Amino acid sequence: MHTVTVTQDDVKKISKLANLKLQDNEVNLFAEQFTKTLEVVNQLNEINTKNLNTTYQVNGLSNVTRADEVDLSRVLPQKIALREAQKTHNGFFVVERLIDSDAEELI
Amino acid sequence: MKPLHELTIKEVLDGYVNKDFTCVDLVRHFQSRIEKCNPKLNIYLALNENALEEAKAIDQEIAEKGITRPLLGIPFAVKDNFLTKGIVTTASSNILRDYHPQYESTVIEKIKNAGALILGKTNMDSFAHGSSTETSDFGPTLNPWNPEKLPGGSSGGSAAAIAAQLATVALGSETAGSIRQPAAWCGVTGLKPTYGRASRYGIIAMASSTDSPGPIAKNVEDCAIVTEVISGNDPKDATTSPSPVEKYTKSLYSPDLHGVRIGLVKEYLLPNMREDVKNLIYNAVDKLRLLGATVDEISLMDPRYSIGVYTVIQRSEVSSNLARFDGIRFGHQRDNFCEESKRRIMLGTYTLSAGYYDAFYKKAQAVRTKIVSEFDEIFKTYDAVIGAVSPGPALSVGVSKNQPMFGEMEDVLLEPSSIAGLCSVGLPCGFVDDLPIGLQITSNQLKEATAIKIADCFQRHTEFQLFPDLEKTI
Repeated sequence: MHTVTVTQDDVKKISKLANLKLQDNEVNLFAEQFTKTLEVVNQLNEINTKNLNTTYQVNGLSNVTRADEVDLSRVLPQKIALREAQKTHNGFFVVERLIDSDAEELI
Repeated sequence: MKPLHELTIKEVLDGYVNKDFTCVDLVRHFQSRIEKCNPKLNIYLALNENALEEAKAIDQEIAEKGITRPLLGIPFAVKDNFLTKGIVTTASSNILRDYHPQYESTVIEKIKNAGALILGKTNMDSFAHGSSTETSDFGPTLNPWNPEKLPGGSSGGSAAAIAAQLATVALGSETAGSIRQPAAWCGVTGLKPTYGRASRYGIIAMASSTDSPGPIAKNVEDCAIVTEVISGNDPKDATTSPSPVEKYTKSLYSPDLHGVRIGLVKEYLLPNMREDVKNLIYNAVDKLRLLGATVDEISLMDPRYSIGVYTVIQRSEVSSNLARFDGIRFGHQRDNFCEESKRRIMLGTYTLSAGYYDAFYKKAQAVRTKIVSEFDEIFKTYDAVIGAVSPGPALSVGVSKNQPMFGEMEDVLLEPSSIAGLCSVGLPCGFVDDLPIGLQITSNQLKEATAIKIADCFQRHTEFQLFPDLEKTI
C-alpha cells in the first residue's frame, strides 16, 4: 500500500494555498499529524472501488435551477451589507492591495 | 404541577391554555435558572435581550387568539451556528466574535413563524470542528451529569441546555454525529433529519454535503414536533428535498411495533467496546422484540472505513467553505482561526490539491457510493438499523487535546449514516458509571416517520429519559 509523508515544505505550501499564516511550531506539528491522519485514510485502499462511481450528492437531486430574476427580498441594502466590515470607504469594502504590493508572490 | 423547566412542548402549550402560567413566567423562570447554572456549565454564549418583550407579545396573542401556532411561546436554545437576526452569532470562533447576522437562517425563520421564542445561543466546537466543545474559542461546556465530563459536540451546548433544563427544546446541527453524540453524552434525545429535509440556508457551513439541522429535546415527541416545523423545501437551499413533509406527530403513541423489522449492526458492537455498553444495546434489542418488532443481526461495512471517507470529504468541504472568511466583508482576519480549524482547512486543501485529488478525494467519494448502496440493500428488508451512538459514555475534560482525529474516532458509529444522508434518532438506553448511554435508530432517507415511531414507542416503554439533579451535580 502506498504511504504518504507530508513534509514541512508541503505544509508551508498548503498554508499559502489556504491563506493561513502558521507559527513555526505548527509547521512541524501539522506535518506529523497530517502524515498520521493520511495513514488512516489510506486504509480505504483496502476497498476495491474499480467499478464504482463517485457520490458527491446523496439525495438524488440534480440541476436544480431557478428563474433568472432578482429576488429583492434577498438583496441587502448597502448600509446593512457594509455594516459588519472592519474597513469601509465611501460605501465600499476596503481590501488589501494585491497588485504591486510588497507581499510575496502568490502561488 | 411540575416545575416549569421540566415541561415538554405539549405540557407548556397545555399550561398556556389552562392559564397555569404565562410565557413571561416561563421565560423569567428559565432566565433565573440560566443565571444560576451558566457560570458553572458555560452552556449559553449569548442571551436574547428582547426575550421578555417577545414573551409579553406572545401572552397577548394567546389572550386574543389562543394557541394557533405549533410552537407558540416555546423557549428555544439555539446552537450558535444558526444566523439569528438581532443576536450575535459566533460559531464559537473569535473570527466572528462580534458578528451580527444581516439575515435570518431559514430554520430560525420557520420556528419563529411557528411562534417560538429564542432564549439564547449555545456553545459548540468552533465552526462545529469537533465532538467535545473543547475547540470552542470561548471554553468548553461542561456536562450537567458530571462537570468533570464533556457534553460531546459539536452541538454540546444545545444538548447540555436540555440536560440542565435551561430551555424547553434546542436546535443543533449534525455533519456526522454532532446532534446524536452530544445528545447521548448528555442523556437527552436528538434527531438528525435526512440530508436535505431541513434547509441549511443561514447555517454557518461545515461540510455542505452532509450538514443537517435538527432538534435536541427532552423526548422523541418534542423532536417530532420541531422536525415537522423545520422541514421542507427551501428555494434558498437547492439541496432541500421537494418531497412533502409528513406529519411526524402522527407516528407517536404507537402501542406496539408489530410488523417492524430492525437490523442490529454487528460491526457496530466494536471489539474494544465495554461489555456494559454492549449489554445496554442487547437490552434495547430485547425491549424492541417485546414490543413486537423483529430484530435480526445484520452486517455492514466495517465502520472504520467511514472514518477515512468522512475525514477526507469533511476536510475538503471545510477548506472550501471556510475560504469565505477573509475578514473583508464581515468577521476578523484568518489568523483568528483556532488550531483545529486551521488543521481541517489545510488537510482539506491538501486532499483537493493537484496530484492528491484522485488518491484521496475521489477515492473517498467512491467508497461513499459503496456505503450508500449497502444501506440501500439493507433498507429493502429492514425499517431501521440500530446500534450504540458512541462507543462509551461521556469522556473527561481535556481528552480531545493533541488528538487530531478525536471527533472522527468518537463518531465512528455515526459517520456511515451521515455519509449516506440518512435520518436517525439518538435516545437514552441506560447508564454506565452514572453517565447516560445513547441508542441510535436509523432509517432510510425521508423515513423520519419510521424512526420516530420506533424511537417513541421504545421511549414510552422504558424509563431512561432522566435529568440530573443540578443541586447535587454542580
